[in-house]
Amino acid sequence: MSKVLIVAEHLNGKLNSSTARCVTCAKAFHAESIDILVLADAPDAIAAEAAAIAGVGKVLTVANTANAHALAAVYAPQVVAAAAGYSHVLAPSTTFGKDLAPRVAALLGVAQVSDIAEVLGAHSFKRPIYAGNAIITVEAPATATLIGTVRTASFAAAEAGGSAAVEALSISAELPTHTRFVELQQGKSDRPDLQSAGRVVSGGRGVGSAENFSVIYKLADKLGAAVGASRAAVDAGYVPSDMQVGQTGKIISPELYLAIGISGAIQHLTGIKDAGTIVAINKDGEAPIFEIADIGLVGDLFTLVPQLEAALG
Amino acid sequence: MKILVGYKRVVDYNVRIQVKPDGSGVVTEGVKLSANPFDEIALEEALRLREKGIATDVVVATIGPADCQAHLRNGLAMGANRAIHVVTSEAIQPLTAARTLLKLIEKEQPDLVILGKQAIDDDCNQTGQMLAALWNRPQATFASKVEISGSTAKVTREVDAGLETIEIDLPAVITTDLRLNEPRFTKLPDIMKAKSKPLESIPLESLGVESGDSLKTTAYAAPPKRSKGVMVKDVAELVALLKTKGLV
Ligand SMILES: Cc1cc2nc3c(=O)[nH]c(=O)nc-3n(C[C@H](O)[C@H](O)[C@H](O)COP(=O)(O)OP(=O)(O)OC[C@H]3O[C@@H](n4cnc5c(N)ncnc54)[C@H](O)[C@@H]3O)c2cc1C
Ligand SMILES: Cc1cc2nc3c(=O)[nH]c(=O)nc-3n(C[C@H](O)[C@H](O)[C@H](O)COP(=O)(O)OP(=O)(O)OC[C@H]3O[C@@H](n4cnc5c(N)ncnc54)[C@H](O)[C@@H]3O)c2cc1C
Repeated sequence: MSKVLIVAEHLNGKLNSSTARCVTCAKAFHAESIDILVLADAPDAIAAEAAAIAGVGKVLTVANTANAHALAAVYAPQVVAAAAGYSHVLAPSTTFGKDLAPRVAALLGVAQVSDIAEVLGAHSFKRPIYAGNAIITVEAPATATLIGTVRTASFAAAEAGGSAAVEALSISAELPTHTRFVELQQGKSDRPDLQSAGRVVSGGRGVGSAENFSVIYKLADKLGAAVGASRAAVDAGYVPSDMQVGQTGKIISPELYLAIGISGAIQHLTGIKDAGTIVAINKDGEAPIFEIADIGLVGDLFTLVPQLEAALG
Repeated sequence: MKILVGYKRVVDYNVRIQVKPDGSGVVTEGVKLSANPFDEIALEEALRLREKGIATDVVVATIGPADCQAHLRNGLAMGANRAIHVVTSEAIQPLTAARTLLKLIEKEQPDLVILGKQAIDDDCNQTGQMLAALWNRPQATFASKVEISGSTAKVTREVDAGLETIEIDLPAVITTDLRLNEPRFTKLPDIMKAKSKPLESIPLESLGVESGDSLKTTAYAAPPKRSKGVMVKDVAELVALLKTKGLV
């Protein structure tokens, strides 16, 4: 039977929805118990959010000022200590989990299954390789602790409605001081979060400049959508890097995705494969994006996008 | 300062990968192979540190089959001082790659190790973090800016929330993100010069690495295809369609 420990992702005292997506992944292999580990300087509010996720057995907290920022080198020995007795340790396949999980796996001397996209059994999973051009079935040994990162776009967030017990853990692991947090420059935005938004509007190189991106923002605000971008748009400096969607950016699964002035390179498409409906606006009718778009519209974005925004009233 | 750079050979990013009809793997026969783009960025960063006078020695390392020599010569032509080829015909997994790189660290005693954040074939995104853990040293993953001063480095990382800066003590492992730099093009005379640069081959078996290859890939499949959608002629038709789908 599987006993699963999920490492909570949180920022500014709030739990990230990626944690509840990991819970859904664990439920998919009928875990006997699903516990959540919260490492933080002040874990109480985060733990309360985690305890409210339906299906969670226990929430374990480690309060330590060293945990104020998610430094993998500091978190990893604590996760290793807390993992004793668990068959699985899961983290989301976000930059948080990608940074932390392999460090935990190496300390335990076990392999890691990255980007779990589908569950076939407690030790059998599907995951994408080659930018999603192939899907492999991976079998992990049942005799070792399984460390996995969960492709969050593949699992819906488990619903609220739980009331798990919260327990404070005391961990005596020695924590390194060789890695120190300096600062986090967060994109200030009142728009929805790109990774969990139901609607996303993305702009590409076709948008042409940072100033022109205002047409994308206006449409997004009309739709209540998050804003994303292609790598070309980020590299050209139109928007910050945290908006990049794709193989090396964010993998997302909104209900509605609008790709505007984006050609549809394979590395971009990897990030939106699981979107519900993909709408593409591009002036080039031959652009590869139209091969996968559910709805395509050929034309100049500077004419069409303001029209669309107006038509949405 | 000495820098060790991970330099893996992968299927070129322009190749459209095909899964073999019998599901036993992907077609790699006859496809173009190149350096992992993130590893070219890693090497470029190391070369720039050498050009700034911070580093003196840049060593590229690959773990791979016998025919990786030409690939390593590319790294030497780009500017690395030396190359190390750990020869194995097996496809090793990240934990084994990390254990192998640790052996090279013990041998070379680098002050900095730079790897790619992920190899674009398996997209594991594990090796650097595992190596840092085994080495018991700091890791700075997904780097978009590196500033070395004395025995510490300030690294800006591309994280989901924005840009995070951390300070790490050296030696350490850094993994590169795409915007760290733009790798240079190799010039013809450098390709000639690379032929006489030292390239050391070490059989993987001789390093005494405990295998960490415990995962089995039992099937390969093509991803589910999204069916081709419809083209609309104008915004009015688009909005009408979105309305019938209940999306706006
Ligand atoms: C290792 C690696 C990783 C990568 N990772 C990512 C990733 O994570 N995400 C990502 O997006 N890319 C990634 N890329 C880059 C990817 O290959 C493409 O280069 C990139 O996605 C192209 O961005 P784009 O579609 O905006 O630009 P382009 O390909 O230049 O396309 C611009 C499009 O805009 C259209 N256009 C221009 N003007 C207008 C107009 N006025 N109205 C309407 N349409 C117009 C054009 O017809 C064109 O189709 C990666 C590449 C590599 C090698
Ligand atoms: C079950 C399974 C079957 C496989 N089958 C095949 C196969 O048939 N053919 C095949 O070619 N591969 C195969 N591989 C992949 C191969 O073994 C990978 O190299 C290994 O898993 C490392 O993963 P990665 O490159 O995605 O690591 P990542 O963690 O994504 O790599 C990050 C960085 O680590 C460094 N690095 C990693 N590996 C090396 C290396 N070998 N040399 C130098 N630097 C390195 C690089 O700097 C790289 O950018 C298989 C892997 C698995 C798990």
